[in-house]
Amino acid sequence: MQRNLTPMDGGASNAGVVAFADPSDDALIEDIRAVLADCGGLAVEPARLAPEDDLYTAGLTSHGCVGLMLGLEERFDVEFPEKLLNRRTFESIAAIRDAVRGLLDGAAA
Amino acid sequence: MTGLSTQARSVGAGVAAVHAASVDRDARFPSEAFAALRGERLLGALVPVELGGGGASLFDVASACHALARHCASTGMIYAMHQIQVACLVNHAQASPWHRALLARIADEQLLLASATTEAETGGDIRNSVCAVRAEGERFTLAKNASVISYGDAADVILVTARRTPDSPSSDQVLVAVTKADCRLEKTTGWDTLGMRGTCSDGYRLEAAGELAQVLPLPFADMSAQTMLPVTHIVWSAVWLGIAADAVSRARAYVRAEAKRKPGTTPPSALRLAEATTKLQQMKASVLTAIRQYELACGSPELLTTLSFATAMGTLKVATSEMVLEVVDRAIRTCGLSGYRNDTPYSLGRHLRDAQSAALMIGNDRIMSHTANQLLVQRDGSGPFE
Repeated sequence: MQRNLTPMDGGASNAGVVAFADPSDDALIEDIRAVLADCGGLAVEPARLAPEDDLYTAGLTSHGCVGLMLGLEERFDVEFPEKLLNRRTFESIAAIRDAVRGLLDGAAA
Repeated sequence: MTGLSTQARSVGAGVAAVHAASVDRDARFPSEAFAALRGERLLGALVPVELGGGGASLFDVASACHALARHCASTGMIYAMHQIQVACLVNHAQASPWHRALLARIADEQLLLASATTEAETGGDIRNSVCAVRAEGERFTLAKNASVISYGDAADVILVTARRTPDSPSSDQVLVAVTKADCRLEKTTGWDTLGMRGTCSDGYRLEAAGELAQVLPLPFADMSAQTMLPVTHIVWSAVWLGIAADAVSRARAYVRAEAKRKPGTTPPSALRLAEATTKLQQMKASVLTAIRQYELACGSPELLTTLSFATAMGTLKVATSEMVLEVVDRAIRTCGLSGYRNDTPYSLGRHLRDAQSAALMIGNDRIMSHTANQLLVQRDGSGPFE
């Protein structure tokens, strides 16, 4: 599936969806921080979290994970398979980045 | 039949059954049954053999809970709750020397474990804590206003949930093993209830001090998902299955007595008995399926923490807690006034009262809300029959 090279915004059928062909790690992490801020329900500002910081220590709950995952699916236009639906997938921004990267690469292949 | 199940049957029929009425009437700890369980060394059943325990499987433990609950539901439930705590230590704390030594003591000294997971401020929400572990060098202090510590007076060790540090968010919890010597308990509420009266689920203010090594190494959230949640729902369901099974036994005995009085005809109440038996079989199938699912996932943190596994275990609890009421209801209809009275061999009042607790222990509404939330993202599993 061919993906757009630049973030799309405002298209009627893609409202709120941002798609990348090969986003840099930094770009992915910034987007993940934005989703965390919207949907994660954390006790701290995502901007203040390092990529390796433990999100559960920062207040992420299993309930928060559900909102976070829905937000990530919407943001990156991906679908998390059953085997990624566990606590480890969402334990840090870096872990989420790796999971999203894998899903984006899988979708592009 | 396994040795554990046979021994539990023997303690159930020979001891728990004898004292069940007085345990229920006086809302007292079933001390005779637990003296017998200790005599048979059944409190160490889950402890690995190399640490002096029985090395039992969850299937064996669930069958023992069932065997005890057939005769005294409070005895079965206390035994079940003890095993949940032991399972957390066995599955998640064997790498810690302090907890490994504790496991050996559980087997050797037949220690009884309880838990303090609920808190006055958070109610039944065991995944959030207000109290926190306060570290000072190698030691800690911990104060918790525990709304329930079942059999707190009789327990030798209490596993307590708390926030990791005073600065941690409420969901960042650890589990701390506190021995009776480490803590002071002040009773805040009593336990004068409809049923499950022998569990003595009093409230306490708990103040503990000990070594930081007593904090279990894994975050409570991981232990909860991988062990506490599935083992709790399985062994509780086994207890409720035991209540249901004894209700059906009494109903069957009643119908047989009726049939003997009028040879050649099947008593009308036999139809209700068939209904009760059908529901009992459904309930048993639910419990055995969940044990099988646990066995298939066991040892794999990935499988144990999938949403589909959590949903399977949560819905097991909701389903069996409702089914036990249906089975007991059908058994009462079968026995008629003989089941309704408190002074016949077919009396089912205690079964009905004990069974009413099932839907309330970790409220079904809470579990269903949680399940509904998780279903927003759940996918089809890839294992057998999924």
